[in-house]
Amino acid sequence: MTAAADPGKNALSQSLHWIAVCAAEDIEVEDVRRFDHAGATYALYRTPTGYYASAGYCTHEQAHLADGLVLGEIIECPRHQGRFHIPSGKAGSAPVCLDLKTYPVRLDRGMVYIGLDAG
Amino acid sequence: MADARRMVIVGAGQAGGRAAEALRDLGWAGQVLLIGAEPLAPYHRPPLSKSVLSGERTVADGALFAPSFFTEKEIELRLATTVAEIRRREREILLGDGTRLGYHSLLLATGAEPKRLGLPGAEAARVCYLRTAGDALALSAGLGPGRHVLVVGGGFIGAEAAASAVARGSRVTLVEPADRLMARGVPRLIAERMAARHRAAGVDLRLATGIASLSAEGGITRVELSDGTHLAVDLVLAGIGVAPRTALAAAAGLRIDNGIATDRRLRTEDPNIYAAGDACAFPHDLFGIRLRLESWKNAEHQGRLAAQNMLGHREACLAVPWFWSDQYELTIQVTGLPDLRAESIERHLGEDALLIFHLARDGRIVGASGIGPSDAIGRDIRLAQMMIERRLHPDPGALADPSVRLRAMLTTKAA
Repeated sequence: MTAAADPGKNALSQSLHWIAVCAAEDIEVEDVRRFDHAGATYALYRTPTGYYASAGYCTHEQAHLADGLVLGEIIECPRHQGRFHIPSGKAGSAPVCLDLKTYPVRLDRGMVYIGLDAG
Repeated sequence: MADARRMVIVGAGQAGGRAAEALRDLGWAGQVLLIGAEPLAPYHRPPLSKSVLSGERTVADGALFAPSFFTEKEIELRLATTVAEIRRREREILLGDGTRLGYHSLLLATGAEPKRLGLPGAEAARVCYLRTAGDALALSAGLGPGRHVLVVGGGFIGAEAAASAVARGSRVTLVEPADRLMARGVPRLIAERMAARHRAAGVDLRLATGIASLSAEGGITRVELSDGTHLAVDLVLAGIGVAPRTALAAAAGLRIDNGIATDRRLRTEDPNIYAAGDACAFPHDLFGIRLRLESWKNAEHQGRLAAQNMLGHREACLAVPWFWSDQYELTIQVTGLPDLRAESIERHLGEDALLIFHLARDGRIVGASGIGPSDAIGRDIRLAQMMIERRLHPDPGALADPSVRLRAMLTTKAA
């Protein structure tokens, strides 16, 4: 599940490593799964508008967002119900106030890849 | 400012702070005055019994707003200020120093006051309470390795403070007159799991026990428990409940009914006066009874809702109650009103996590409680909250079966 992918032909992606996360169909609409890589943890989402990825921890108190609930384009943290807008990472309601870091996502031949900074 | 009308909010806690913020968000162009008795701008209280006591966070970390917020939003903030009287006919309030301030609408977000231990000797023994940042800092200074702390009261405050005191290396004795912890808040099975966790952490937990007497002796406090045990402790913390601050409202002739009584839109019988938060007793359409909720989530919601309605929006308070408690690595979450249950359904998530769903006599889900490590239960409690909101009659067998996804049950039609 964590094999490195081809960097791809897209010039914009040359500074990123594209890491395979899972098959696109492994994640349902309005669902989230945890993805760990190289000592860091991420959350991969599928919403009605597509696939997205963010840092795995809530910016409030380090809860795993992958344990939270996806409603439409929103992820709710399981600990205190703080909300983030998945596509932008923008913090919504209290107690979260710091935006979530997001990562680019690509689909290629039925696999979902997350774009992480090289090096 | 062109608009001289003034919205006045009495109480600069969380509900009051959110109301002031919402008035500006929603476009109120008149004056906003936020008055608080404490010397601090609005801050979150939940961390006071958790990360502030354990030393992981400071009080300042819990401020609701950046310091520049009030000037940026042109919200007048008067701290360390008491309101002496509401003059409804004149539509003005009177401050403790005699200042008269007129209001267009008034929000009472006065919160709740810790109940005091009524034992002779309690005051001399400098019994601590835990409500304000000042309380938390004073208590925190008394914790540490080798300190013996007596916690009186096994509700959420006492239980959380006990866990935080353990984290600070203190020795903790906790006494609770009921036969279990958190008797008002969680089902017995969840209370028992948490009690076991406290004992495993070394807390000397004494249920069905009270305090017979207290006396100060130099730097220590001598305590006699109802079971005859004598203790000599360094610090006593009492967490025995709070009472809504209704005196100002009562003196103004407003109806009091376990809090400042409002309609479903948080308005008192005076069309220009609203209430929100810990002091507010309001009718909840989902449950058909008047409620007063002592939770962070309620203060968040009602502060904003009251502001909306002060601006003419006419929105009822329909949010399903929800709160959490963090003790050690465990979290308890409760949603709805478990007390209304006729039947309880357990859903076991492995060894560590447990959910209990509460159904009314007609099978409608009215509450859900859970306990588990970290974030094991949050999503399921949130789904249960949505079921309660939708007035669902979920199949008890499905609730009990961890292989049946709760999310799929959301589409069950309400009966």
